[in-house]
Amino acid sequence: MLPLDALTPLAAEAPGLLPPLITFGGSVNWTVGFLTTAAIFAIAALALNVQWGYTGTINFGVVAFFGVGAYTSALLTLDAPGDFESYVGGLELAIPIGWIGGMVAGGVLALLVGLPTLRLRDDFLAIATIGIATILRSIANTQEGLVNRARGLNGIPRPLEDSANDLGVDYDLVLLVLTSLTLLVVFLVVRGATASPWGRVLRAIRENEATAQSVGKMTTSYRIQSFVLGGALMGLAGAIFAHRIGTIAPDSFDNLTTFLVWTMVIVGGSGNNRGVMLGALVVGFVWFGLPLIQEELPDFLGTRVFMLRRIAIGLLIIGFVLARPQGLLGEEARVSRFAPRGDGGGGLWPGGLWSRIRGQPGGGAA
Amino acid sequence: MDILQLVIVGMVVGSIIGLGAMGLTLTFGVLKFANFAHADLMTLGMYLAFFVVVDIGIVGPHVGPFSFGWGMILAVLFAWGGVAAFTVGVDRFVFRPLRRRGTDFLSIGIASLGVAIALQAVVQAVWGSAPLRYHSEIHRALDFAGGLKIKPDQILIIGLTLAMALALYLLLHRTRLGTAMRATSDNAPLAEASGIDTERVRIATWVIASALTAVAGVMFALQSQLRFDAGFEFLLLPMFAAVILGGIGNPWGALVGGLIVGISQELSTEWINTGFKPGVPFALLILILIVRPRGLFGSETQWST
Repeated sequence: MLPLDALTPLAAEAPGLLPPLITFGGSVNWTVGFLTTAAIFAIAALALNVQWGYTGTINFGVVAFFGVGAYTSALLTLDAPGDFESYVGGLELAIPIGWIGGMVAGGVLALLVGLPTLRLRDDFLAIATIGIATILRSIANTQEGLVNRARGLNGIPRPLEDSANDLGVDYDLVLLVLTSLTLLVVFLVVRGATASPWGRVLRAIRENEATAQSVGKMTTSYRIQSFVLGGALMGLAGAIFAHRIGTIAPDSFDNLTTFLVWTMVIVGGSGNNRGVMLGALVVGFVWFGLPLIQEELPDFLGTRVFMLRRIAIGLLIIGFVLARPQGLLGEEARVSRFAPRGDGGGGLWPGGLWSRIRGQPGGGAA
Repeated sequence: MDILQLVIVGMVVGSIIGLGAMGLTLTFGVLKFANFAHADLMTLGMYLAFFVVVDIGIVGPHVGPFSFGWGMILAVLFAWGGVAAFTVGVDRFVFRPLRRRGTDFLSIGIASLGVAIALQAVVQAVWGSAPLRYHSEIHRALDFAGGLKIKPDQILIIGLTLAMALALYLLLHRTRLGTAMRATSDNAPLAEASGIDTERVRIATWVIASALTAVAGVMFALQSQLRFDAGFEFLLLPMFAAVILGGIGNPWGALVGGLIVGISQELSTEWINTGFKPGVPFALLILILIVRPRGLFGSETQWST
């Protein structure tokens, strides 16, 4: 008897995120596949940027929101379960409706987790979110008739696949364009939201919640709104992922995805939307590119390349928090398009996240 | 299964969680940030003991009815030393520079997540992905009245946890170091003003917490097996749930919290599928956050920073 053993099998690596890249043959195909993956991660990174970068809310359960979106969209669009399959849904709805469903599911999960924890001190939410992914995974693996357990969902419809075939266009390119356009829309929405008065309240909460309260802002309500927006966008990223891969299983969604999105935000620049997209590209390149040079590495490293890249992102997080807490791009100083251009007279990052992390009011040059 | 049997297994699991949580709450209290690498420090401890017992092969003659040899004592000491050296080193090069700079505690917590990711990958790179055991032979359970089956190792786990809790109590309340630790935990600037070298107190806290952590890690491996991914999957949330149940910075609270988590986890299998077991500590955590966020034994001031 092994009482501390959960039923989840050993998840050595995130299998779900790897195959589509590894199986691409030529380098052009690899690049197309990689950019599509990076765009999906960029959506998740923008979502985390709303929560952490702008509001200062820690979410260590990114993959849970991602997974809930993936499963919801799959269940809404799949055919009814066949023999030897058992899952709810299978409604054969259109893919866009699935994506919307994925967003709603991510938002609802954020509401459920956020309501009891967001009014408390910041680290309590961080702690509460550690467990969500593991728990949802064990429910998905255990509960019969819900999501087909560990057998996973297969044959998730791929968007525009028929049209691409009819026109004779390379489907991978279609997928890249579709994903990039979605990323663009998400970027515009997030930029619009964070540059609005609403976004400035979030920053105020991040910098000093008591001050925000003292000028009459219902800070808990704002924190919940920002957490729900982030959760919904993570759900959207998961939905796109599910329709791109076509097959999802509970073990496709392990904690490495969460860590990867965090690294992208920290490296790119918390509180900078273009920064976290750049982070998705750079960190994604390290993460997905490292296995490609496996053969070139000395044997003792080559066989451990999947551990090597995890050591790499761990060190990237530590290194950036220590040496460049503002990330590659740093937070934008101009918080509104109505604000005067220029440096605003308070240094490069006046009162921004960087100064908060550095503990130096007003910031300054590195 | 018999309820009493489940309670006893729950006490064993709860002791392991509780001992780990005591180390976690100690660093949480003194250093003020949530150390997300704590569970992986337990993993490091269990594998360092494996290094002595299996890789080097110091087994020694059997210790009484237990599953291991006398070499295990050396292995635990080695694991303590290794975890202590690691944490003091990480504190010196990562946490202390951040602390000096006045970095907020959330960002220090994120740095500790980076430590957790890298450490877990290093353990996997060195010892591989397959679950391991210290010893391969079967460890027989003893029969007790009423059909109860308890392994000698399990009795030892409960006993050793209580002994270490008592030792920690004496250390915190009967020594100058303990007083200095409690003072630093309550109010670091005030402690400094009264002549306490708080940086030395923090180093001592890491060393003491490492003892609890290493022993808890070895206990986990004895009760279950050595797993490189034990940290984020099985240990971190139950330990944090125990810490918050007991009130942050309160070691006895953490121990009681660990026992509550462990016993409810095991008892839950009487009514719900074992696959849902990981949800029990989460449910307890959410419940205590809604009802009494300062924890069962926490003071009013501790939960509002």
